[in-house]
Amino acid sequence: MSKRRPRGRMLHGLHSRIVTARVTLWTLIVPPTVWAVHFLFAYLWAAVSCEKAGRFASFPVLFWAGTALALALIVASALVAMVQKETPGDPPPHDAGTDTDRNRFLATATWLLAGLSFAGVVFTALPVLFLLDCR
Amino acid sequence: MTSPPRQSALAPFGAEAIATFDTTVVLTIGACLIFGIVALLFFVAVRSPGDRLSHTQGMRLVLVAGAALPTLILAALLVYVLPQMRPLPVPPRALGVSAVGEQFWWRTVYRAPGQPVLETANELRLPVGQTVTIELSSPDVIHSFWVPGLAGKMDMIPGRINRLIVRADKPGLYRGQCAEFCGLGHAVMAFDVIAMSPADYDRWLADERRPAVPAADPAGAATFAEYGCGGCHAIRDTQAAGRIGPDLTHLAARRHIAAGMLPMTVDAIARFTRDAPSLKPGVRMPAYPHMPPADAQAIGRYLAALK
Ligand code: HEC
Ligand SMILES: [Cu+2]
Repeated sequence: MSKRRPRGRMLHGLHSRIVTARVTLWTLIVPPTVWAVHFLFAYLWAAVSCEKAGRFASFPVLFWAGTALALALIVASALVAMVQKETPGDPPPHDAGTDTDRNRFLATATWLLAGLSFAGVVFTALPVLFLLDCR
Repeated sequence: MTSPPRQSALAPFGAEAIATFDTTVVLTIGACLIFGIVALLFFVAVRSPGDRLSHTQGMRLVLVAGAALPTLILAALLVYVLPQMRPLPVPPRALGVSAVGEQFWWRTVYRAPGQPVLETANELRLPVGQTVTIELSSPDVIHSFWVPGLAGKMDMIPGRINRLIVRADKPGLYRGQCAEFCGLGHAVMAFDVIAMSPADYDRWLADERRPAVPAADPAGAATFAEYGCGGCHAIRDTQAAGRIGPDLTHLAARRHIAAGMLPMTVDAIARFTRDAPSLKPGVRMPAYPHMPPADAQAIGRYLAALK
């Protein structure tokens, strides 16, 4: 058939790179780390604007940009993990740990953590949107 | 007599407590519904023959109904309750009230715009429909100001002022209570809360501002002075100007004496005067064991006439 369009080839390249990339404990903790940093960011945001400006931040563009960035990072990590956890596993019996099984396990854990972290970031950001008071 | 004052979050009269009560109703109904659905699912799962259940579908159910749905419900609840946590807007030139928790009674100060400051004690009066900022503080230990029907509780901390913004929405007679252990008399540190129409409220403020009524029976006033009560208690426009204990200028306009503890009667005042420490442990008022009962009665009659 006809040759692939460049865009498709790019996506395909990305896909194969993801599949072959190693999943490690470092990639596993990406979503919760983003959540933790966003959490700290939200608290500092409120504390600094209350202390320095004397009132709750009324133009929180930077806050929303930060929240969007955090959610984007988590979603990206979830997408990568989703591809990786679908790689075919080694056949049974699972008597010894293999690299593939280990990758699949870590990818699944990353994917679940990404879901949790997404909800965590949303639940941290909502109060900042609704509370308007420094008390 | 009217019905006894209510002290219950289930009988709310303040904007914040009403919102909290509504949330409680919503949450209770929701929890019952979810409990019922889970019980039903459990029943179905246990009763249906094994080969009719699919493992994959079961796992999907756990993911959707066990993880995704609760997250969505919690997010919806968050969006529902967060606006309630916003403080009520306070109009400029609003009435300001200070409540000072002291072992073991409440000093209350009213600042209406354009009027002199008014100090009374052991009672909180609020105009219905008006937002009031209550400044909470304490000169001794931590107390906690809690009127369950009005709003959540807030601590009174020495060295700082906490602001509680409230609005009474229903007139009536309610009660508040110290909610942080503050010493021996903590359990009997309460106060009456009276929410009244703005017209009644202004009348009450004007009444409170008047000087104390002249003693009908000068002997009672003289006995009060003789025992040195005025060293701790103020009765405006008399020699008594003490600031250690509650202001007694219009004591008889209150419903109780000694921070919601005893009824407003001549006998109760006489008893409390002679032996406050045995009635209220830890109280900062001395006993007068040698005071003849007749003197105590005379003081009681004098104070009970200070409308
Ligand atoms: C050392 C200071 C002190 C002296 C002296 C004193 N009192 Fe008191 N009195 C207090 C304090 C403090 C309270 C608050 C007690 C409480 O409820 O914890 C109080 C409460 C009262 C109350 C209840 C007030 C209210 O708002 O409910 C009455 C009535 C009273 N005193 C009468 C007297 C009389 C009469 C005398 C003189 C014989 C007297 N007191 C002398 C400190 C004093
Ligand atoms: Cu107390």
